[in-house]
Amino acid sequence: MIQTDICIIGAGPVGLFAVFEAGLLKMRCHLIDALPQIGGQLSEIYPKKPIYDIPGFPEVNAQTLVDNLRQQIAPFKPTFTLGERVDGLTRSEDGSFIVTTVDGTQVKSKVVVIAAGLGSFEPRKPELQNLERFEGRGVTYMVKDPETFRQRRLVIAGGGDSALDWTIYLSAIAERVTLIHRNESFRGAPDSAEKVMKLAEEGKIDLLLSANLQAVNGNGVVKSVSVVDKQKVVKEIETDFLIPLFGLSPKLGPIADWGLNLDKSAIEVNTVDYSTNVEGIFAIGDINTYPGKLKLILCGFHEAALMAQRAFEFVYPSQKLSFKYTTVNGVNAF
Amino acid sequence: MITFSVEDHTGQVQTLELPGDINLSLMEVLKASDYPIAATCGGMALCATCHLEVLSGGDRLPAPGDAELDMLDTLPNATAQSRLACQIRLSENLQGACFALKAPALV
Repeated sequence: MIQTDICIIGAGPVGLFAVFEAGLLKMRCHLIDALPQIGGQLSEIYPKKPIYDIPGFPEVNAQTLVDNLRQQIAPFKPTFTLGERVDGLTRSEDGSFIVTTVDGTQVKSKVVVIAAGLGSFEPRKPELQNLERFEGRGVTYMVKDPETFRQRRLVIAGGGDSALDWTIYLSAIAERVTLIHRNESFRGAPDSAEKVMKLAEEGKIDLLLSANLQAVNGNGVVKSVSVVDKQKVVKEIETDFLIPLFGLSPKLGPIADWGLNLDKSAIEVNTVDYSTNVEGIFAIGDINTYPGKLKLILCGFHEAALMAQRAFEFVYPSQKLSFKYTTVNGVNAF
Repeated sequence: MITFSVEDHTGQVQTLELPGDINLSLMEVLKASDYPIAATCGGMALCATCHLEVLSGGDRLPAPGDAELDMLDTLPNATAQSRLACQIRLSENLQGACFALKAPALV
């Protein structure tokens, strides 16, 4: 089990800066993020977009801001669990928290800081009846191990880059790949779109354009999918797997079940210290809500600073905190 | 004044009336009117949490740009009438239009 002072959920800009504020007060941090890289939305959604409202930076590229934060917190040696979504939260006998990820990683800490932004990024699912009943029984939203599909029949749905790329890749392994896309053409990378068209012309894949998934059928496991075309003609395609690839969308996920007061998927906090209704758990950045809340990175930075002052009382209950400026004391690395 | 109507997730239709000189996107108007949309990305056509369908009167709306079309293309439940509210500026072009929310409701 990983042991630390503060377990930060979410390695976006606010979670990263919380490491700095905690580090100034001699508190160590471990960060968990569902994405395989740090930076949250900035790295995942808009790495190349400029940001204009970070104090002291007239203009900064989102990824540059993340890189700078990584450099800024390096002296405090944060540790990371990336690519794992948090799942459970329990309390051990000594009062500390144990956060568990879906992959079973456990982090024990005196304080939990939720800086999860808009939640973890999860696959967008098509609206099909009983879809969830087939998850793990032929329906999968990501390709973890391509070998799973060797010599099997697959239906891939979607028109973005990942649908195109996996169609190309898996067409060489699978017995048969059918790609379903609701438009007449692809807007993904022109190169990939061209390759998919060529595979279809050569009869190596089945391509159904202007078509939509209508149903997934089977008895316990996927047997076939029903697809409806523009003329409303329904066609049934026998298959072993259905892989819907419709991108990612953020969801609050299991955090919603941790007993925290929520308002519209945001965690209610006290603005004195950004504490939640559960003692020892704080929420900072886009995930929290309070009267006057603004979802700005700079507000999240402020929240991190105030949170750290109060978290100190949980980490060092017998010590008195005296406030110090970095200009006077410098940054004392661990 | 600009008048248009919005059908929410429960199927209820409400008419919104707004002054024509406010510089907002339809997404911002919907948020300000307390519709349960997440508007995660804040208006960059990157999250599709303001996805809606134009039910009628959409012929005067400016056509979607590349960023919007790219995002719409990835959605499982998009139709030919789908738009992202964040990419539609409030203007006289919305007069009389009717929209239905398509993105999952924020609870």
